[in-house]
Amino acid sequence: MPSRINTEIRTRSVPQGVWMKCASCDEQLYRKEVERNLNVCPKCNHHMRIGARARLDYFLDPDSQEEIGSNLEPEDPLKFRDSKRYRDRVIQAQKKTGEKDALVAAKGTLKGRPVVVCAFEFGFMGGSMGSVVGERFCRGARCSIDTNAPLISFAASGGARMQEALFSLLQMAKTAAVLAEMSERKVPFVSVLTDPTTGGVSASLAMLGDINIAEPKALIGFAGPRVIEQTVGQKLPEGFQRSEFLLDHGAIDMIVDRRHLRREIAILLAKLEHRPAPAE
Amino acid sequence: MDLKFLEFEQPIAELEAKIDELRYVGNDPEININDEVARLKSKSEALTKSIFSKLSAWQIAQIARHPMRPYTADYLTQIAPDFQELHGDRMYADDHAIIGGIGRLDGRPVMFIGHQKGRDTKERVRRNYGMPKPEGYRKAQRLMKLAQKFSLPIVTFIDTPGAYPGLGAEERGQSEAIAYSLFLMAKLRTPIISVVIGEGGSGGALAIGVCDRLLMLQYGIYSVISPEGCASILWKSADKAQEAAEAMKITARSLNEFGLVDEVLPEPLGAAHRDPLAMGEVIRNALLKHLADLDRLSTDQLVEQRAQRLAGFGQYKEG
Repeated sequence: MPSRINTEIRTRSVPQGVWMKCASCDEQLYRKEVERNLNVCPKCNHHMRIGARARLDYFLDPDSQEEIGSNLEPEDPLKFRDSKRYRDRVIQAQKKTGEKDALVAAKGTLKGRPVVVCAFEFGFMGGSMGSVVGERFCRGARCSIDTNAPLISFAASGGARMQEALFSLLQMAKTAAVLAEMSERKVPFVSVLTDPTTGGVSASLAMLGDINIAEPKALIGFAGPRVIEQTVGQKLPEGFQRSEFLLDHGAIDMIVDRRHLRREIAILLAKLEHRPAPAE
Repeated sequence: MDLKFLEFEQPIAELEAKIDELRYVGNDPEININDEVARLKSKSEALTKSIFSKLSAWQIAQIARHPMRPYTADYLTQIAPDFQELHGDRMYADDHAIIGGIGRLDGRPVMFIGHQKGRDTKERVRRNYGMPKPEGYRKAQRLMKLAQKFSLPIVTFIDTPGAYPGLGAEERGQSEAIAYSLFLMAKLRTPIISVVIGEGGSGGALAIGVCDRLLMLQYGIYSVISPEGCASILWKSADKAQEAAEAMKITARSLNEFGLVDEVLPEPLGAAHRDPLAMGEVIRNALLKHLADLDRLSTDQLVEQRAQRLAGFGQYKEG
């Protein structure tokens, strides 16, 4: 269930060089400053898309990361080929991102509390979910259950990966099932929806948080805006399927600025787990 | 009966037209009409066999979407004659694209839930072409919880192009509705059997398709996105739907070979709509067989086996 949002736009809104331009306000920005600001525009607060590694680095305590399922690599069960072979697309994406697939899972600590984090890599075939993404997510969740460590996921995905067809679709059921197990064991799951989270990822793991949090102005939805426009034959209203729209319609618990995610989630988890408030 | 022959069935259509013609010719004593009709009939049958023995994935997709294909309600009338429909999600609306209720299968009460398409234009619109909105999935969730509470096994019939991509559906949380259905079904403490009777379209299909046994009619299809949708994204042209249908391996046979479908239910010659009653019998017998199998498990075993089944989905290298 891909959502047909455009996944081929450059995900690094950060071209090389000392200076860069904000894609939202067009302001000339000093790259170092933007990076220090977690890739949030210092002028307009636009949350730029970031990769899975940057996400883990921003979120977890320094030097606490231990990766889960890094030995898993995609296969091509269907021998899928469109204008290009799936195998070649994978190799290309691996070269471009330095990742084996579109999700990185890791153990680590958040203000001292052991947690597990799963972060999507949107630059890898639009963060699409195939067998490796599903399996890594589940191994992360398993680790959460086994060590009673809360799970935090950062979604950034166009949906299920077409090239693995039904295998991809079934990852929705697989990830939802492990979250059902987590829920029974009362291990907290915080789902963070970032720009964009659509299709089969939105319609499975990303909407199943005990707490659902979105970054500001992220595109979040089931169907992509273009598909909806084609179906209903009308232009979508301004702000449709953005975080603020979802908050208004009751789909998410809160919108949190990227620079406050560590603090907000740490405070929340401590309450859910009856621990004292984390140190600032 | 107007069988609405598909393009690749044209040779059969021509023969059948000839047979009809002969029947109307009446009683010319010079030719023995009965003999001629019988000859043409057996020829038509042989031709049908031959055409249906080598269908492409795209042709099968057309059969799965055939306007005369039996739908959920057609099978229910036959296999659960005292079916009572239960309506509504108790929150917002009654979605006509999903029907549900309790019927007796061979005497045993069963919760049936299925996508429902419409036969004529008015009915198609009322059923939203079998594309559910969040309220449809929430109705299904409610009925599944009811089934669990009263220990009724669940049978779902899958036949949808997909969940409806509309404004209202987004506003009311289409993603959450599908996600929560998957979450709920994973742990439901009652047996679930799903049957793909026509189109298994993406998350909208899977949302009532998390199960202990997945059965698929011979000419059903099941895929992550429609062939047209896949073609328009990957080939940049919806005209390449044929290629996309082949590439995605959407047919019952392929999916059975991948181990994703437990049993393929054979269709009558010329597909289910040529003989819906025979198809219904096949479905009934398959359901009874698999229910009997699942009855042998304790509820804990059942839920554990389902968990393992779900955890096992996927194919990857482990370096």
